[in-house]
Amino acid sequence: MNIYVTGAATTKFGELWGVSPRTLARQAAFGALKDASVEAERVEALFVGNMLSGMLGGQEHLGAFFAEELGLSIPAFKIEGACASGGLAVHNAAFSVLSGQYETVLVLGIEKMTDHKPEDVATALMGAGSEEERSAGATFPGLYALLARVYMKEYGTTQEQLAAVAVKNHYHASLNPNAQFCNPITVEQVMKSSKIADPLKLLDCSPISDGAAAIVISKKKKGNSVQIMASAVATDTLGLAQRKSMTELKATQEAAKKAYEQAKISPRDVHLAEVHDCFTIAEILAMEDLGFYKKGSAAGAVGKKNHLVINPSGGLKGCGHPVGATGVKQIAELVEQLRGNAGARQVKGAKIGLAQNVGGSGATAVVHILCKVR
Amino acid sequence: MIGIVSYSTYIPHGRIRIADIARAWKKDPAEVQAGLGVIEKSVPAADEDAVTIALESAKSALSAVEGLSPESIEVLFVGSESHPYAVNPTSTIVGELLGIGNNYLAADLEFACKAGTAGMIAIAGLIAAGQAKYGMAVGSDTAQSKPHDVLEYTSAAAGAAYILGRERIIARLLADTSYSSDTPDFWRRDGIRYPSHAGRFTGEPAYFAHVMGAAKRLFDITKTEPSDFDYCVFHMPNGKFPRQVAVRLGFTKEQLAPSLIVDDIGNPYSASSMTGLAAVLDIAKPGEKIFMVSYGSGAGSDGFIFETTGSLKKQQTVRQQIEKKTYIDYVQYLKQTHKI
Repeated sequence: MNIYVTGAATTKFGELWGVSPRTLARQAAFGALKDASVEAERVEALFVGNMLSGMLGGQEHLGAFFAEELGLSIPAFKIEGACASGGLAVHNAAFSVLSGQYETVLVLGIEKMTDHKPEDVATALMGAGSEEERSAGATFPGLYALLARVYMKEYGTTQEQLAAVAVKNHYHASLNPNAQFCNPITVEQVMKSSKIADPLKLLDCSPISDGAAAIVISKKKKGNSVQIMASAVATDTLGLAQRKSMTELKATQEAAKKAYEQAKISPRDVHLAEVHDCFTIAEILAMEDLGFYKKGSAAGAVGKKNHLVINPSGGLKGCGHPVGATGVKQIAELVEQLRGNAGARQVKGAKIGLAQNVGGSGATAVVHILCKVR
Repeated sequence: MIGIVSYSTYIPHGRIRIADIARAWKKDPAEVQAGLGVIEKSVPAADEDAVTIALESAKSALSAVEGLSPESIEVLFVGSESHPYAVNPTSTIVGELLGIGNNYLAADLEFACKAGTAGMIAIAGLIAAGQAKYGMAVGSDTAQSKPHDVLEYTSAAAGAAYILGRERIIARLLADTSYSSDTPDFWRRDGIRYPSHAGRFTGEPAYFAHVMGAAKRLFDITKTEPSDFDYCVFHMPNGKFPRQVAVRLGFTKEQLAPSLIVDDIGNPYSASSMTGLAAVLDIAKPGEKIFMVSYGSGAGSDGFIFETTGSLKKQQTVRQQIEKKTYIDYVQYLKQTHKI
């Protein structure tokens, strides 16, 4: 694909009680435009990735809402696909440029969650699930706990191995100034943290967060541009009950397959990946479904020295998970890494990066592959 | 000099173990206890409310002063967030039953967990202005919490009454201050039975910002530092927050320990810091300095510095009231608090 990310920016992620969505949007959007050295007037369309603004804040119509905030009068869209809203917004933006209709577009991923009561947030998030599972009282920690249970039974994976994912991602996050958590943790701390949905404990789960990220996608490359090699989406059933397998996410596998075909590369060629570790089990599943490891073998590779670095940003677990922002933040992280600008968390020699963004318990998966411009 | 003339507390005898509440909801008791730092909490009897509890503490505070006639009390403020009536004052019911006559200023105060200390500051001001010789501030609550809400583990019941005046002082009020802002961390709308709260938002921007704000202002006004005090007292919404804020401000465990009633009775809202202060006065020697900061959601903190005088008599009322208890199970708890 001859399209490029020419600018990227991420706000601080966390419990940003003193910052409004408008401020977050301005910080991320103008940060990305400045990074791309593009005037706002040059942006031809705005794609906003967001899930919960309507259910939590009563505010829909986010395309026009943020276009107004940024002082733009352009086509603007809210893209919603649960926790994959950000990735879907990037996909739509990329294809709009690829179609030739636009030359330069802006993608904004944004979510403000911590201003609302936790039970309201949990209810709103379940909007991403199937009606049957929702009305039976399931929550996403519960659904991913089911996946973890089946996986552990099938492959003999231990809770400590799951905990290692959180330990690694907190370590990575401790090197990321925008991350929600800057504290390294131990396997023992994960094991001793409160049970959320057995076997998942508090420190196996990504947090509720506020934050925004933005990227500029353009037909024309510049000096520090990063090329989008692939942008693929696949879907699966909303509920787990209808799935044939509980140890894999089919949508991730299919989106990955399409993405590797588009990029004409294999999983072995990827140097770093930002994957959707909403829960520790999700990173294990992603490592396998993306083709990096054989089924049942990924848990043993976590935290070991490896050719492939997973979630250098800290992932959803360490960096935070403002749901609509996550998919865009993943791309912003890849851009920083592929430019060699990631500071203390720089993956040495990174040339190809992959981002996997998941909605629900695997009903939507978005995979992007980016590479350094040669 | 204005100061405390007398004080007393009342803690209902009913107790429920936090472990029993946790078990009712299939939670790990050890995890809940460790998370909140509370072992058991006081529960009002079926016929106790903020009025009866206020009255119990007020009566003993009055009878503790020899030769002070009930009619000497010229101001009576009762702070609570569980006043039985939305309209019809708790303070006049308490005043009537105390027999303080009719020539007194009565008002009910509401400011979450700091309504009682707001009353103390207001009364100190009236006395300073010459408007009254003696006044009584009471903090009394039967704290509400929805079953299965995290508040259920800590919401408790107690009352604490303080008579303030210029004579017969057992603890001089050396300084006071307040720190307030519009921070909606915890609220209950009129007609709604249980309060709502904003999860972890009740921590940093609410409790810590206001308690630290008032504490620092007190240090500045009085040019003091933590080591100048023998004791510190803070509002105790759970066992963790007062311990954390004490450390952040530079107080030692020893300075804080005598006031920590929360471990044994939970959080009786308006009576929390006032009962903590009473526990300190129970054991303090003459000439000791006490640093106290309350907290009320919504939000604000009142800060006080007291110095005990030679008139302070040793008593152990708070400890005795804590020890006088009858355990009830969760079903009995639901009955006594009129939830079933």
